[in-house]
Amino acid sequence: MKIRILFFASLREQLGTGAEEIELPADVATVSALRAHLKARGGAYAKAFADKSLVRIAVNQEMVSPADAVKQGDEVAFFPPVTGG
Amino acid sequence: MKVSVQKDDFDAGAEIRALSRDSSVGAVASFVGVVREVPMTLEHYAGMTEREITKIVEQAGSRWRVRDVTVIHRYGELRPTDQIVLVVVASAHRGDAFAACEFIMDYLKTRAPFWKKELRPEGARWVEARASDDEAAERWESPAKKAG
Repeated sequence: MKIRILFFASLREQLGTGAEEIELPADVATVSALRAHLKARGGAYAKAFADKSLVRIAVNQEMVSPADAVKQGDEVAFFPPVTGG
Repeated sequence: MKVSVQKDDFDAGAEIRALSRDSSVGAVASFVGVVREVPMTLEHYAGMTEREITKIVEQAGSRWRVRDVTVIHRYGELRPTDQIVLVVVASAHRGDAFAACEFIMDYLKTRAPFWKKELRPEGARWVEARASDDEAAERWESPAKKAG
């Protein structure tokens, strides 16, 4: 299953990339599994995803919960708590 | 409803006048956020930003009697005294206009995907989300304090 992942703000800088297409293993079917999958890359990813409270996740531009599904073709965005206004 | 996420500055007076032309409108409340002290870069998630703001405005419209709303939020490089955000709410009466305007700002600060990076003399740093902003948004959810 192929999806597009996006990183914003401090996460983008920490990881050195803003967007990536990735092929997911069959057992990675939820938002929380995807987060764990990325964390398991180690290095900057392990650090960036260490504190769950500092990472917000949106699927197809809607905020989601960890148990929500990730499907083929989805756009999944990871970002820190927002600071606009 | 008008929602715009843009690099360019805006004319708050013109936006307020635009919402004052409806003869059923008796109150127009507005808020302008301004850059304070430190230059910054504002990053956003194009597409999602507009969607989130639109949802917030729709929520405000379901809670208060609102005739029309304009929200403009800038991104990119901003300097002290630059305008960042504008919320204008037009209603028949001031109570609805004031409440909806504040609600939209409180929700925008905690839900719209914008991130500020301050360009300080000692180096650039991402602004951290503030618990007080979460509390400001949460008070609209507590039935005891509901302004609607």
